[in-house]
Amino acid sequence: MESKYFIEVAYIIASTLFIFGLKGLSHPKSARNGMNLAAMGMLVAVVGTLLHHEIVSYVWIIVGLLVGSLIGSVMALKVSMNALPQRQAISLAFGALAATLVGVAEYMRGGAELGSFKMTALGFEVLFGSITIAGSLIAFAKLQELIRGTPLTFKGQNIFNIALFTFTIGIFISLIFSPGNEIMFYVMIGLAFLFGLLLVLPIGAADMPVVMSLMNSYAGLASAATGFALKNNVLIIAGTLDGFSGFILSILMCKAMNRSMTNVLFGAFGGAAEEQQAIEGVQREVTVDDVAVQLAYARQVVIVPGYGLATAQAQHTVRELAETLEHRGVIVKYAIHPVAGRMPGHMNVLLAEANVPYSSLYELEQINPEMGATDVSVVIGANDVVNPDARDNPKSPIAGMPIIEVDKSKQVIVLKRGKGRGFSGIENPLFFKPNTGMLYGDAKASLSKLVQAVQQA
Amino acid sequence: MSVDILISSLYVFVLAAFLGYQIISRVPPLLHTPLMAATNAISGISLVGSLVTAGAEHSTLSTILGVIAVIAATINVVGGFTITERMLKMFQDKLPSDSKDKKEEKNS
Repeated sequence: MESKYFIEVAYIIASTLFIFGLKGLSHPKSARNGMNLAAMGMLVAVVGTLLHHEIVSYVWIIVGLLVGSLIGSVMALKVSMNALPQRQAISLAFGALAATLVGVAEYMRGGAELGSFKMTALGFEVLFGSITIAGSLIAFAKLQELIRGTPLTFKGQNIFNIALFTFTIGIFISLIFSPGNEIMFYVMIGLAFLFGLLLVLPIGAADMPVVMSLMNSYAGLASAATGFALKNNVLIIAGTLDGFSGFILSILMCKAMNRSMTNVLFGAFGGAAEEQQAIEGVQREVTVDDVAVQLAYARQVVIVPGYGLATAQAQHTVRELAETLEHRGVIVKYAIHPVAGRMPGHMNVLLAEANVPYSSLYELEQINPEMGATDVSVVIGANDVVNPDARDNPKSPIAGMPIIEVDKSKQVIVLKRGKGRGFSGIENPLFFKPNTGMLYGDAKASLSKLVQAVQQA
Repeated sequence: MSVDILISSLYVFVLAAFLGYQIISRVPPLLHTPLMAATNAISGISLVGSLVTAGAEHSTLSTILGVIAVIAATINVVGGFTITERMLKMFQDKLPSDSKDKKEEKNS
């Protein structure tokens, strides 16, 4: 009995440390200390749990902890910063898997004896869990380019999904009244998994920041539901914190694209691209030497990175270029759009990896008033986030999305792999403006050529 | 009894939700990726549920499920905290060379 109180005290300490830990993330300076507190909280919770009276054998627990720690640390240490979104997606799937398996094991133990409260909690647990497993795996496959990043759709998809969802919820409700119906429990898990697959398959790669946040939220809610089922408050608290963090991030991401959550989830973005009219005009191609001269004699240069920076792994070369310019007295700023990259904050981490100080990273609202006073904007592998159609053309699929207004700077240089439309398939009139120069080719190669050319300018 | 537990659990849930909202809205976009990795690691707390399932020896199948759950949750916890630390280590205020330059200026 005493162990019970000891465990509860451990959980209260753990919950407090988690909260302080997340509070630390409000500033980069306090963030590392905060995370140490949170990790300590996790240790306290785990050690406390090991005293649980139901635990009779430690052999498999130790094996599991060792195997998990090994895989987890190898994954975390080996992964490149460019592949962060993939790691996050697979990690969400693991978390949801754990919650779902605990739910299944609890169900097997309780079966027909389960009270309606516990059955409801278990139901939410396995529903959120299996949707997250399926959704995160698809997101992982898309990010890793195992499957195509473009939206996959079929006719009547939304109706099918809604029917599937309603049917799954129907089974869930029936289980609350007759929890003994085992087959239905497993059918429900299977259907929720299918729903998760179908939910993320039609979402395009450019919308991944929203998907990642949403899956984050579901994974947290699955943990919170586990807490309800096991009457465990630390699970409820930690799961809810995670769930709400993901929820807030998905709302922020949707706002940054001026789209509703429903539109992201059911809009199959990019499918409408064929209906657009092609823009008349020519794209002006420029050479490395022209660009180098413009940059070298500019007063202020703004660099706008996008996912192309990550795929080209060009963050270090960008920093080199920026440093070379700064040595010449040019002011260099980085403009980060909230949905640039494939997960929230992706670009910030990449630039931090390349030793760019965070004081030169500017948010959308901070940098836009300065665009008029900027001599050259350099767009690296970004497209929609600088598309002036979002501001000017109410018929554009991305109308109303806040953009970084590079077109207001005196010159715009766009680094791009080829002449294609990019991931979303939307035409970008920026590329056809007279003050825009296109520099085609691999971003990293172009940038290192630029560094040399600027040094000689 | 069951109703009491439901109500107290809901209290915890609702308060945690408000607290979460307050804390998370203060995290700057700069740190959104570390935030996701960190909350993901913290939600690996479902590890404590998995531990009990793995060690309770209710049945062979539930032990197997429990062990797999322990592995998956541990990957999340250890991996999540490790990568968050890796990321946060990289965020710095000024370039190291800059601060040196400034010190030299002060000295001279």
